[in-house]
Amino acid sequence: MVLINVKNLEKTFSDGTETAALCGLSFDIKEGEFVAIMGPSGSGKSTLLHILGFLDTPTKGEYLFDGKRIDEYSDDELAHVRNKKMGFVFQAFNLLPRTSVLANVKLPLLYSGIKENQWDKLAKDAIEAVGLTNRMDHESSQLSGGEKQRVAIARALVNNPKVIFADEPTGNLDSKSGQKIMEVLQALNEKQNHTIILVTHETYTAENARRIILLKDGEIVSDKLVDHRVSAKDGFIK
Amino acid sequence: MLFRYTFQTAIRALKINKSRSFLTILGIVIGITAIILVMSLGQGAQNLILAQIQGIGSKVIAIAPGRQPKGPSDFISTFTDSLKQKDLEALNKKANVPHLAGVMPLVFGSETMAFENLTYRPTIYGVTSFFAKIYDIYPDQGRIFSDDEVQSYADVAVIGSKVKNELFGSADALGQKVKIKGRNFKIIGILSKKGQMSFVNFDDAAIVPFTTAQQYIFGIRYFNRIIAEADSESTVNETVDDIKITLRNSHNITDPNKDDFFVETQADAIKSVSTITNVLTYFLAAVAAISLLVGGIGIMNIMLVSVTERTREIGLRKALGATEKNILNQFLLEAVLLTAAGGIIGIILGASFSFLTSLALSKVLALNWKFNFPIPAALLGLGVAAAIGLIFGLYPARKAAKKNPIEALRYE
Repeated sequence: MVLINVKNLEKTFSDGTETAALCGLSFDIKEGEFVAIMGPSGSGKSTLLHILGFLDTPTKGEYLFDGKRIDEYSDDELAHVRNKKMGFVFQAFNLLPRTSVLANVKLPLLYSGIKENQWDKLAKDAIEAVGLTNRMDHESSQLSGGEKQRVAIARALVNNPKVIFADEPTGNLDSKSGQKIMEVLQALNEKQNHTIILVTHETYTAENARRIILLKDGEIVSDKLVDHRVSAKDGFIK
Repeated sequence: MLFRYTFQTAIRALKINKSRSFLTILGIVIGITAIILVMSLGQGAQNLILAQIQGIGSKVIAIAPGRQPKGPSDFISTFTDSLKQKDLEALNKKANVPHLAGVMPLVFGSETMAFENLTYRPTIYGVTSFFAKIYDIYPDQGRIFSDDEVQSYADVAVIGSKVKNELFGSADALGQKVKIKGRNFKIIGILSKKGQMSFVNFDDAAIVPFTTAQQYIFGIRYFNRIIAEADSESTVNETVDDIKITLRNSHNITDPNKDDFFVETQADAIKSVSTITNVLTYFLAAVAAISLLVGGIGIMNIMLVSVTERTREIGLRKALGATEKNILNQFLLEAVLLTAAGGIIGIILGASFSFLTSLALSKVLALNWKFNFPIPAALLGLGVAAAIGLIFGLYPARKAAKKNPIEALRYE
């Protein structure tokens, strides 16, 4: 089933002068896919991810998420979709400081309307899925970079979203921690059938995915399945 | 979003910057403290004065020369000599004022009193024996002067406890002679310590027959006041009207607007005192409220700083599904918590200061001052503090809620 449907998507930033960031992109992403959006800096990959993640709106063109056009959602509905159907993992982790792992993972539940007595179980399940049960009560500042990012993944998972957006999730990590993150993402995709959309500029990270959309100057250069998929479990080959 | 979590988030945010939070609410604390203190002391002062007025008795009617002041700025017109002996005689006629239980002239002033080589300057009250009944004051030792002594211009005096201490110390004063204006007065009665009551401090008084006071002490032929008493509370108003008519006849006045006297009852006195103390209290409270405004601006300033500092947190929360309303509520709650905390501290401080002040007033000045916790003022103060949080927190909170999540997340 098609989850994301993009037709002639354009994004122009007008900051004095008009800068075209995306110039007419069209593609579909189905449920259960693991797609890497790749490209050098300035290629528009982050802008695309923001639009796909309802954090920004396109200038022109159509974007249907789960069968509904983005311009049909009100601001509050956009927030609800972000909360219930999307999960975000950022390059800079963005955990709340001086706050426990458990409380960080619970954060999206605050806005979910899910009954409070279920929060603990949902958060603990998500923490278990990223293998951090033993660190649950630690404060986020006590964790290593890789552990922080796994907390962020647990936070993205906690509302059982339709899609997880990961924006350069390994960008701030050493290769070993990065490998662990990709291992978690691959497991989520393969074992639990989560749809994952990953933005990266590194080929070896992108090859953890099943499909790579390559962008350059706001246009799709190529969109193809990965021939020799890297399995993060087996270690990175740089 | 559950209120409890919003609340916890706000508490945590305020705890992280403990000293900043405290300094921020200082303006609110001072403002609310001042308001509570002013309201509480104002209420205490009013109660004290009202208790004294009520102490005279609700049947007492005071007649003063001049015109009744209509407001604080209205100078009392100068008819200070308009009440005379013939008025007293007219009032005493049963046909003129049928419900009169008694009437007494009153002259007063300060004069030096000497015993041997000691001198003291008490307030001299020239009255008849009727004063003891009106004020319910009877000498501890000795007696009050008789009507005969009043008629015969007797040189006798009843003195208050302070006057006795100043001139005689612990020695016996009864029967001794003191000099006022060169005349020897025999002490026939000594009052026990009474404290300040109904505008009169009897401790500091020397009470003499009014005839003697007029003739030999003050050298006047008029009265400073005429004090009357109605025979029951229900006839007070009727008696007041009768007194006015009688005095107008006696003074040949036809137009009531040209009265050269005014009549006050306990109810009038309570009303005018309440008006004056209320105006003063509210005026002072309004002055104190200015600091609340300043405090509110301080809150707004620090909330703006907080919003800027937590830009990334706001971006994250929005990315994770917080609506604008969620963010708005979070920051508003924080501002309201700040000001409400300031309000509560202010109420506690204000009440404590007020309590200490009443303690000092009742112990040091021997006033019958009761500590009064103004519950309406406290509730109002808390409400005002919370409202200030809402009003001055709204702009920063809106600023936070309107932030673009992408820009907020990228904020360094």
